[in-house]
Amino acid sequence: MAKKDAPPRWDSGMQQRLARGEAAALGELYDRFASLVHGLAHRVLGDEQGADAVTREVFAHVWQHPDAYDPRQGPLRTWVATLTHRLAVQRLRALGAAALTDGGEGSPEELEHRVRRASVAARADFIVHSMPAPLRAALELAYFQRRDYRQTAADLGVTEDEARRRLRLGLQLLATAHDSAGPGAPPPGYGGAA
Amino acid sequence: MSGRTRPERRPARREDAGGPVPAHDVLKSLLGAWALAACSPREAAAVEEHLGGCGDCAEEALRLRAAVGLLHPPESLDLDPGLRTRVLESCLERRPARIPVPAWAAPYDAETARLDALLQDIRDPDWHAPVRLRWFEGESAASRRTTVAGVIAHLMSVDGLVAAALGLADPLADTPADPPTPTARTEAYWRAAHCPPTRSVRTPWRSQTHALVRTVSRADGTEPADAVGPEKATVPYGGFELPLRDALLDRAFECWVHAEDIADAVDYPYDPPAPRHLHGMIDLAARMLPGVLAERRRAGLAAPGRARHLVTAGAPGRSLRLEIEGSGGGQWLIPLDSPGAVGSADHEVAHVALDGVEFCHLAAGHIAPREAAAGQTGDRDAIRDVLYAAASLSRM
Repeated sequence: MAKKDAPPRWDSGMQQRLARGEAAALGELYDRFASLVHGLAHRVLGDEQGADAVTREVFAHVWQHPDAYDPRQGPLRTWVATLTHRLAVQRLRALGAAALTDGGEGSPEELEHRVRRASVAARADFIVHSMPAPLRAALELAYFQRRDYRQTAADLGVTEDEARRRLRLGLQLLATAHDSAGPGAPPPGYGGAA
Repeated sequence: MSGRTRPERRPARREDAGGPVPAHDVLKSLLGAWALAACSPREAAAVEEHLGGCGDCAEEALRLRAAVGLLHPPESLDLDPGLRTRVLESCLERRPARIPVPAWAAPYDAETARLDALLQDIRDPDWHAPVRLRWFEGESAASRRTTVAGVIAHLMSVDGLVAAALGLADPLADTPADPPTPTARTEAYWRAAHCPPTRSVRTPWRSQTHALVRTVSRADGTEPADAVGPEKATVPYGGFELPLRDALLDRAFECWVHAEDIADAVDYPYDPPAPRHLHGMIDLAARMLPGVLAERRRAGLAAPGRARHLVTAGAPGRSLRLEIEGSGGGQWLIPLDSPGAVGSADHEVAHVALDGVEFCHLAAGHIAPREAAAGQTGDRDAIRDVLYAAASLSRM
């Protein structure tokens, strides 16, 4: 994690270039973050079209309001993820509400539940992608490759103590995806850099 | 989680476990592994027994178990390569750029982004998939074997000519190639590498493409009128040179051609460039044809000019009508007898019609001149010469 008083140079340089209205910077921004943005939006909305629309909204927002991002508040990546989350959840809720008004099935409570679940899933994705690589590698082995922690330790070339520590710490980080205070609250999974 | 099942943990009772019960700290450290069902049955049993009596650990165990439910296999969603253009266009409609990417650099920007998206999607071993680079030399086809990573190294080496011309760092600064032709530079880069290129070449290649677009954008239109700004720079290719605009168009073309080579090698679909970009590439090839024709004639590879009268520079001369069909196409009158002549409908002696992508594959040396599916009428020698000249535009 970058220290708050020393934002990464790329982030502040990018912010300045966007503010100057440099189209090449917009292209680079897209190249760096499009798969993150699209992936998170897709996790929330579950459909390609919606994810495309949110991707368009996110980049338009950053391009139109480059000053909304303050590099001292945290990494640009986190800020972009938070923005994506907010816009995707907004869209999911709006679409759900419109469907309810049109006499669709379900209740407002069920909609809220769906929004909450999608929201947690997207935060979890971001946490997994952003956690330190050693933790992610340990989870990957233990969960997806079904290695036990001794095998995980051997695969990673670390002690069994260390393998246990990484699995526990990785899950502790992931568990923070559930720590949402409900609608309106900043999504804590993104490190509070909203 | 997509339906994967885990082996059942076998219940084990404390009596069966044998040995002393592990200490609280050890049990606590096992909670992650336990939640993932990644410890031995004996350890799992000890943890579960402990949870009954330790509130702190029980709470954490619940929390970690719930977290396991959030692990998804990574979704391998390939981003629609067309999305970039749509997103950027919609941004620029809402807030026009103060420093736009010049229209002549747009094909390069788009093609490098499309190739990068392909590279993002391929797997590690794909980087070592064999690729045969093909081009056309003199009268026949030539080829060179490399890998996907080798192709990216090739693109980076040749893009470096443009970078150097703009005053940016040349990736071959410490690896001089003599003469500094695209081929010699590529061979020099490959030779200088201690081991075959890997996927690590993607980052420097991409940084350089970004730097090129950034630099030409900033330079375009901001130079004082009397200064020779980068926009007026020429790029030496070791033997010939191209104005910067054409060089970037040429690099966009090469990027697409080699992206197709890579896509073939890893069995991915790959579309042709956007019609307006394709048009620019075809136009560049059409503009280069008269010079190549003259060169081939000097080398005895093309028929001598039929019209015996010398064509003075700027005067209309015997011409071939090149009709390119499909989106991005158009019509070009190629002067046949001198690069200085002007194509003229009144002096048209032959007419060739072919599809835009087909023409580009011809100009890339990927199809042989006599195999090009071209509709043709008129002077056969002129047609043959132009098709061979088009193929001779290709290089490694």
